[in-house]
Amino acid sequence: MSLRGLAPAEIFDRAMGGERRALGRLITLVERDAAEAEEVAELAHARAGIAHVIGITGSPGSGKSTLTGQLVKLLGQAGKRAAVLAVDPSSPLTGGAILGDRVRMEDVASPDTFIRSMATRGHQGGLSLAVPGVVRLLDASGYDPIVIETVGVGQVEVDIAGTADTTVVVATPGMGDSVQANKAGLLELADLFVVNKADRPGANDVRRDLDLMLDLSHVSGHDRHSGMRPEIVMTTALSGEGAPEMWTAIERHRDAITDNGQLAARRINRDVAEVRNRLMADLERRVDDMLNGTSIDGVAQVLTAVGQRDLSPTAAAKDLATRINEL
Amino acid sequence: MAQEQQLRVVLAKLGFDGHDRGIKIVARILRDAGMEVIYLGLRQSYKNVVNAVEQEDADAVGLSMHNASHMTLGPKMVDALAEAGLEVPVIVGGIVPEEDVQPLMDKGVAVILGPGASAEEVAQAVRDSVAAMHATQ
Repeated sequence: MSLRGLAPAEIFDRAMGGERRALGRLITLVERDAAEAEEVAELAHARAGIAHVIGITGSPGSGKSTLTGQLVKLLGQAGKRAAVLAVDPSSPLTGGAILGDRVRMEDVASPDTFIRSMATRGHQGGLSLAVPGVVRLLDASGYDPIVIETVGVGQVEVDIAGTADTTVVVATPGMGDSVQANKAGLLELADLFVVNKADRPGANDVRRDLDLMLDLSHVSGHDRHSGMRPEIVMTTALSGEGAPEMWTAIERHRDAITDNGQLAARRINRDVAEVRNRLMADLERRVDDMLNGTSIDGVAQVLTAVGQRDLSPTAAAKDLATRINEL
Repeated sequence: MAQEQQLRVVLAKLGFDGHDRGIKIVARILRDAGMEVIYLGLRQSYKNVVNAVEQEDADAVGLSMHNASHMTLGPKMVDALAEAGLEVPVIVGGIVPEEDVQPLMDKGVAVILGPGASAEEVAQAVRDSVAAMHATQ
């Protein structure tokens, strides 16, 4: 019964046949960029491209997991096979992580829901490669929609927003005044805003601030999808209030971008971005090998010359750039 | 890659046992030992744990038990995992009387950790039991 010792293609066949344990193992292979990952990606890519990918992002404690739980509950009731990829941060010191998102989903999710927790493992580069890989596997396995849930405070989630067809940004009362809403960043990536904890004081102020911000985006022509204005939905995730409206708004967004051709365009961009990320990762590895290793003659001398101020870092980089292909 | 070795551990409390102070500390200990902890928390069923192990491709299950249900629920968890074809060790932590230790081990629980266990012992017990499970396959 063990999966150990099975060829990747065999595990893949089992996963496609609905064996969740096999899918779980494949995700690990892809996530760790193991030797088998390339073959798995090849197999999965041919079957993927069907699922609607939804990104849910927001500050820690804004209620993303609980909202995601409510969403998959609804989807389960509607007879859909949904999957969740819940991303949580790793400790930068030890590399360990506590992944607690299942706590808020397990009880409400239907048995058909596939939930996978993923740690950021300390580096954005790795995550930006792993997330599309895992989404591709879930997609190939017939899960639709796929929800990626991730904290929104830095650059990582910007990357993940690029992986989603529909990006939902969760805001809550008490996050700051209207100036915050106008700051550049995450808010600009939203296809849909959810104001969660709508039962709390200040929720309507948040809605108003977001509305005002969107008015201005409209004026300056920075709408993300050819003039589509993101909707704002009010929810109370704990009780589930507003969750059906959120799902309807997500569907409306999907239908709109399907009709206006944006969906296809985004997916092409996404594939190109993934190729680019792969290339960048490979380049980074080569550069590190060159600088740390002894495999290329003369590198140490160049670095020493920089240290002795005989050569500027810029000139050194120019010199070494011509030699990257030697690795 | 070093990540190849990174262990993923599902931590849960089964049934009606509301004492979750200990399991939260264990989660932190394992995190600080470099592991990825999939934390399920209170009031879990075997089915939830089996689901989590499958979907998360976990290497081990840690159960925290403080309500004297260990003789019933421990072996049942072991059987539920075996029935699903999942080869992962079950580690029990919490309050287990001395005379129950051997019977629990006989029923397939890999390790039993009592209140005196140090952080290092907890982490090492997880590593050892995973290694032992792999060795028997």
